[in-house]
Amino acid sequence: MSTETLEQKNEEVVQKPAEGLLSKRRKRLISDPLNEDNPITVQVLGICSALAVTVKMEPTLIMSIAVVFVIVFSNLIISLLRNLIPNRVRIIVQLAVIATLVTLVSEVLKAYNYEMYKILGAFVGLIITNCIVMGRLEAFAMGNKPYDSVLDGLGSGFGYAWIILTVAFFRELFGSGSIFDFKIFEAVGISNFPTNGLMVDSIGAFMVLGILIWVQRSKTGYVEH
Amino acid sequence: MELVSLGIKSIFIENMIFAYFLGMCSFLAVSKKVSTAVGLGAAVIFVLTITVPVNWLLQEYVLKEGALTWLGAGFGEVNLEFLQFIMFIAIIAAMVQLVEMIIEKFSPSLYGSLGIFLPLIAVNCAILGSSLFMIQRDYKLSEATVFGFGSGIGWMLAIVALAAIREKLKYSNVPAGLKGLGITMLITGLMGIAFKSFIGIAL
Repeated sequence: MSTETLEQKNEEVVQKPAEGLLSKRRKRLISDPLNEDNPITVQVLGICSALAVTVKMEPTLIMSIAVVFVIVFSNLIISLLRNLIPNRVRIIVQLAVIATLVTLVSEVLKAYNYEMYKILGAFVGLIITNCIVMGRLEAFAMGNKPYDSVLDGLGSGFGYAWIILTVAFFRELFGSGSIFDFKIFEAVGISNFPTNGLMVDSIGAFMVLGILIWVQRSKTGYVEH
Repeated sequence: MELVSLGIKSIFIENMIFAYFLGMCSFLAVSKKVSTAVGLGAAVIFVLTITVPVNWLLQEYVLKEGALTWLGAGFGEVNLEFLQFIMFIAIIAAMVQLVEMIIEKFSPSLYGSLGIFLPLIAVNCAILGSSLFMIQRDYKLSEATVFGFGSGIGWMLAIVALAAIREKLKYSNVPAGLKGLGITMLITGLMGIAFKSFIGIAL
């Protein structure tokens, strides 16, 4: 996505301050990353955590919430600070903001859901190095107003969330035969569904995501050269 | 002997990419040419071998609960563990800056071909991930060093292998929607199956 055109549009916005709270342009900020400009399947960002936590639905859901929170608030903070940050040290400043937010998430998780904290383990800390967060700060929040940045963060966050939830759905369904730990196959009468190692293992994640990308790109008609 | 088996384990069995998916962004983006992949792999090995032991020292003597006792008895109960993420990422960012300066000085051509991905090693999950795993698994200093080095070798092995496959792949006819990322994902999955065969090896 080109930041320059967005910035130009922003200048126009300044001249006519009566832009609606959810104007067409702002709706696009949210809807684009969901499909045509998806952070995972199109921009190839944030793959690491997308694959690592998707064995089961529940940790995936917690992870999505954490990532959405970090993206939205880091976008907001950096956008508020964007005119104060010297260009040379911006990476360090961005990392410091992200690391602070991730520390917050990790402490809250440790306090209220210690089980989940144990399961997610190092991967909560790894949100710091999730390229989506850093990418949005660089590409959007550094040049746009706070409110737009929050919308952009929401869009990218949900774009990330629906992909990893879909991957987790298939991996848990065909891997452990359950959804949110509810035994689906037993409920419909297939009682001897064995644990499918291929799906539980990392290999399943690569395959499911590969096929998901194929389906999604065939629909949007996006071709990489 | 234990160190050797830990090293082999971190290279093959618990490979950073195939077992934990760490460092996937640059793994997918820089694996188009073997020569670039080798360069990035070497840089990752270097950064990992330094940052993991340095972060170990940091954790042991500054961050851990009671780690500051060497400052005086009054510091015995200080627990700075909540600063872990920020401190680790700061160390990593500093190391990457150092590597960048070294490569720019000694190999400008490699510097040019790595481009944006050199500073991005700082946000390579494999680097921060190794440090966090090292804490989670309670390694000693010697083990931490071997683990960092081994993880780096394993990562390099994976990216060079993928780059070699992708160089050949240029000549095949891939369905339009699968081109690029899609087919690379599937190949990585197949390579993962190959790496799974190491699991049976007891060390």
